[in-house]
Amino acid sequence: MPHVLTRSLDRSATVFLLVVAAVGILVPLSNLLLPEGSPFQVPTYLMSLFGKYVCYAILALSIDLIWGYCGILSLGHGAFFALGGYAMGMYLMRQIGSRGVYGNPILPDFMVFLNYPKLPWYWHGFDMFWYAALMVLLVPGVLAFCFGWLAFRSRVTGVYLSIITQAMTYALLLAFFRNDFGFGGNNGLTDFKDILGFNVQAESTRAALYALSCLALIVGFLLCRAIVTSKLGKVLIAIRDAESRTRFLGYRVESYKLFVFTLSACMAGVAGALYVPQVGIINPGEFAPGNSIEAVIWVAVGGRGTLIGAALGAVVVNYAKTVFTSGPLAPYWLFMLGALFILVTLLLPKGIIGTFNAWWEPWKAQRLSPNAESAAREDGVSEPKMAE
Amino acid sequence: MNVRDTRATSALLYLDGVHVSFDGFHAINNLSLTLAPGEMRAIIGPNGAGKTTMMDIITGKTKPDKGEVLFDGVTDLTRLDETRIAELGIGRKFQKPTVFESQTIEDNLLLALNVDHRVKGTLFWRETRAESERIAKVLETIRLTDARDRLAGSLSHGQKQWLEIGMLLAQDPKLLLVDEPVAGMTDVETHQTAELLKEINREKTIMVVEHDMTFVRELGVKVTCLHEGTVLAEGTIDQVSSNERVIEVYLGR
Repeated sequence: MPHVLTRSLDRSATVFLLVVAAVGILVPLSNLLLPEGSPFQVPTYLMSLFGKYVCYAILALSIDLIWGYCGILSLGHGAFFALGGYAMGMYLMRQIGSRGVYGNPILPDFMVFLNYPKLPWYWHGFDMFWYAALMVLLVPGVLAFCFGWLAFRSRVTGVYLSIITQAMTYALLLAFFRNDFGFGGNNGLTDFKDILGFNVQAESTRAALYALSCLALIVGFLLCRAIVTSKLGKVLIAIRDAESRTRFLGYRVESYKLFVFTLSACMAGVAGALYVPQVGIINPGEFAPGNSIEAVIWVAVGGRGTLIGAALGAVVVNYAKTVFTSGPLAPYWLFMLGALFILVTLLLPKGIIGTFNAWWEPWKAQRLSPNAESAAREDGVSEPKMAE
Repeated sequence: MNVRDTRATSALLYLDGVHVSFDGFHAINNLSLTLAPGEMRAIIGPNGAGKTTMMDIITGKTKPDKGEVLFDGVTDLTRLDETRIAELGIGRKFQKPTVFESQTIEDNLLLALNVDHRVKGTLFWRETRAESERIAKVLETIRLTDARDRLAGSLSHGQKQWLEIGMLLAQDPKLLLVDEPVAGMTDVETHQTAELLKEINREKTIMVVEHDMTFVRELGVKVTCLHEGTVLAEGTIDQVSSNERVIEVYLGR
């Protein structure tokens, strides 16, 4: 284990983790301990907003793992995020119990409204947190495994794979919109009351959820770093850059793709599960193909194949979205997002972090050691090809 | 099984009556060829003679329409995929040097090492002393020890060719398929490559495709000339190059 840690933690990774840990601890503390109105007190709405960004950052990390390192451009990762969210939403619905509008101790409100005679079989077990938590990982994981098994074995790659991932999330969108699908249709799941006995609206619960999201980001980041700095990470990059060459070396490329794709889907599921209690609702809109594309843009903006860039991109783009969509520029946000993507692709093809690394590392290496070229690559940052 | 197999067992690679056509174009036409263990064979032939397609068939990239391809006398290569064939011990160097450009030279060799290539083994893999020594030895053989930490993409064309040969060595296969190893090399480099291949041939069976006649002559091995997907002539370089039909094919009528 110590060997994995020293390998995974270079300087920038350590700095990133310290920053996440600091905001993960300080923000909730300032929210809870300082009096309201104090200049250093972080208001609850802002904390929840950042909690949302942190969940997006985990989703971005999961996309970067497969796209940045293995060249799998999934335009349907929002589906795994939403499935994790629904699994958590189902648990939260079952916690409402007889406090719902219709007061039915077993059936959630929408089921009473739609005249469900009894709880559908797939809702059983979601009254237990451990079961819901397991489903948060299993549902996206199993779907990704089956999908990936079929796609990678048939050697579906490049834009064809991207298109079928879009089709997957779109199909789920349509399915979840149906009232008879059993997940609340159009309205989705909402009106949550408590989680593990704590009121979801309470400031202390929100602070805890925020801190947990930061913790999940740290764990997810460490996991991704451990993978990309292992020999498996080198194989992933080899697959990204020259897939058939990797096969001729005796690697079973489809197994590698399946492994990271499934893992990445599980991560996206966890992100969705942390997101739902913080925003208080999950509805089929989360499956919209546009959401998945937007998540890919975060990664491209932050820097594909850098992990830190993916997380940073998610926060920066979403913060910009919050700022612009709440002002007079709101109707133009999508145009701005589109323009941002085009500009980044044209001017910063390596994204924010990738460009920074390309500029900073040779300079640092030159300053620190005469053996410039080898030092520049000590932390194994590599530049992915943008052509996909 | 039996008569045919006994005939084939002595050969490391055995192709018999192989046909491949792409949209009606007969790339390989009744091709038969055997390679004895420990042999080095040079394959020559004009463009479009089917040299690369033949390598695609042996390595599982292309499935033949008809014919037998046996490895080590018993294994039917036409039923296996690229990964499985690589695991059996057939390594390939491509016509266009194909190395992992965004990774270091050392990592390129590390990826090629014939260790456990399954997901779990790779995830928890740690370099042993024996493995780092093997990499060091290969680096020395291909004369890239000083460049081990450089990105493979920064190498010259000739160095990339050598790195790819080094990857073959790290892979430690029984049979090496080497496609145009000296394309784009200087005369000195070409000479060194011939020496290197001869040295490798002491332990391994090699099939080398090359256009460069000086190089083929320097190898001094049995030559097979392909034309329109079939064997036109076989023998020493002098025999083949004085063959009427070979001259006709190369010079045109």
